[in-house]
Amino acid sequence: MMDPIQTDLKKRSAASKSEKRGQCLTFLCIGISVLIIVALIFFITYKGLLLFLQDKVSILSFLSGISWDPNNGNFGALSMLLGSMIVTILAVFLAFPFSFGTAIFISEIKFSRGRNYLRLAIEMLIGIPAVVYGFVGISVVVPLLRVTMGGTGFGLLAGAIILAMMILPTISTLCVDAFKGVPEMYRYTSRALGATQWQTLRRIVLPIAKPRIVTAILFGMSQAFGEAVAIQMVIGNATLIPTHLMSPAATLTSVITIGMGDSVRGSIENDALWSLALLLLLISLLFNLFARFAMRKRN
Amino acid sequence: MFNRKLRLGFLVLAVLISLTGCRPLSKNSLTLAGSTAFQPIVEMAASSYNLRHKKTLVNVQGGGSGTGISQVEEGAIDIGNSDVFASEKKGIKASQLKDHQIAVTGITPIVNPKTGVRNVSQKQLIGIFTGKIKNWRYLGGKNLKIIVINRSIGSGTRNNFEKWGLAGHRSMVAQEQSSTGTVCKIVGATPGTISYIAFPYISNKIQPLSINGVKPSKQNVKTNKWKIWAYEHMYTLKKNDKNTRAFLRYMMSNNVQQKIIPKLGYIPVSSMNFKRSENGTLSNSEGGRAKVDGSHTNGS
Repeated sequence: MMDPIQTDLKKRSAASKSEKRGQCLTFLCIGISVLIIVALIFFITYKGLLLFLQDKVSILSFLSGISWDPNNGNFGALSMLLGSMIVTILAVFLAFPFSFGTAIFISEIKFSRGRNYLRLAIEMLIGIPAVVYGFVGISVVVPLLRVTMGGTGFGLLAGAIILAMMILPTISTLCVDAFKGVPEMYRYTSRALGATQWQTLRRIVLPIAKPRIVTAILFGMSQAFGEAVAIQMVIGNATLIPTHLMSPAATLTSVITIGMGDSVRGSIENDALWSLALLLLLISLLFNLFARFAMRKRN
Repeated sequence: MFNRKLRLGFLVLAVLISLTGCRPLSKNSLTLAGSTAFQPIVEMAASSYNLRHKKTLVNVQGGGSGTGISQVEEGAIDIGNSDVFASEKKGIKASQLKDHQIAVTGITPIVNPKTGVRNVSQKQLIGIFTGKIKNWRYLGGKNLKIIVINRSIGSGTRNNFEKWGLAGHRSMVAQEQSSTGTVCKIVGATPGTISYIAFPYISNKIQPLSINGVKPSKQNVKTNKWKIWAYEHMYTLKKNDKNTRAFLRYMMSNNVQQKIIPKLGYIPVSSMNFKRSENGTLSNSEGGRAKVDGSHTNGS
């Protein structure tokens, strides 16, 4: 016979029970997320490899082939791979200076009272759906390019401009976080030693924030690389090796979005699209890996 | 307080989930999916069908011809809409499917009005789309570079245009657009562009081209003088149910054939003078009227 105080102490309290329940619930949530990711990667890998294993297309000809004509057995993805890469790099080149400047203004220049609202405005840009950006591209950017540069206006440059607009808020906010991550104390010390704001920024803040700024750029690139709807609307979708800024091109994403509805599930054309998706997934994972790597360097 | 609210929330959620789980699946629902070119007719017909037959719910989705045919083959939907013959799609066992031809649409090459060309020969058309002719000047037009805009690979309009308009030649690699609307906008705005669209989309912002002197008109399609036209198909499994058959009968009724289809710019299959097989063999369709049920078995 245990005495009542002992039983009471050994019995789980209501609080500890709810603690346990909470743990279970959160574990369930993360478990489901992990399950979804694993299933997704497995599924895309499986479907993406069918082209090589079942339809006997060589990986080399897939990666280096120029001609993309699935109906006639040509599965060269090089033009799309190039299109995706060029447009991504161009977009980052266009967006980064603006994002960088914005971030400096928001986080370093203290006298501006409205900077919190500014940040809010930029974060709101993230919430605008891709279709809207694409629509702006078709009705403003493309006609503008058509009038000033000739041709149809659809092409690499139009795509890069739209993507730059889309990744601008991402890179900006991540850069702001990078600057915020530098302890305020360093700035005070530097200023106390007589350094100007510019000197402080260049010599103290930037070097410390650099790894996180690199991460910001990588996340921006990853977003640009994976963007589908908006880019598909403005890039012209021609599976050609791009020769100049105005030439119509295609990206991995644009070919997948356009082609899925018209191809029959299980056909070789459909398998080829899945292989493109696999390629896209691998490259996106690489971007994430690099971003993680850049972050780790800091620690 | 918060805890209680949360619990209430979960309870409501659980009840909702179990409710949707218990809802008996309506046996009288029909799902159609596929061709977006054909979709306006199907949607209009479905909504008027829903008004008359309250017990059946017809649900129309897009997705593209390929999706339509492959989903009906898998049994995921009841009717797959397509603007190409099922046997023209690779990876489809067309012998399992039954073809119901409902309407016909003409397809015409279109150019920017400033190009200055209104008529080409078929040989010239092939030359343009295979990249051999590069300037409108050679066709009696202005000194303008020819810019080809294609529909995306696998699009029914593109397949049919290449098959009947380019005599089976494949168009060169060029810009691709996934919707007719965008094609019209680009061609209307960009000097020197050429593309192809279905008749219902013809407007005064673009210039349809005559081929060998034949104008792209509904009348010329009915007599097969204008060769570039295509059937709008509804595919079902060979073994289909009563509801599906009832809806297909409705698609061939006067209300759809004489009112809805012409109103949307298409040609009812019942008013065609000829019947054309997949490989182009023509046969008379009994004094301008196709068989009442409008269906024929599609051997592969």
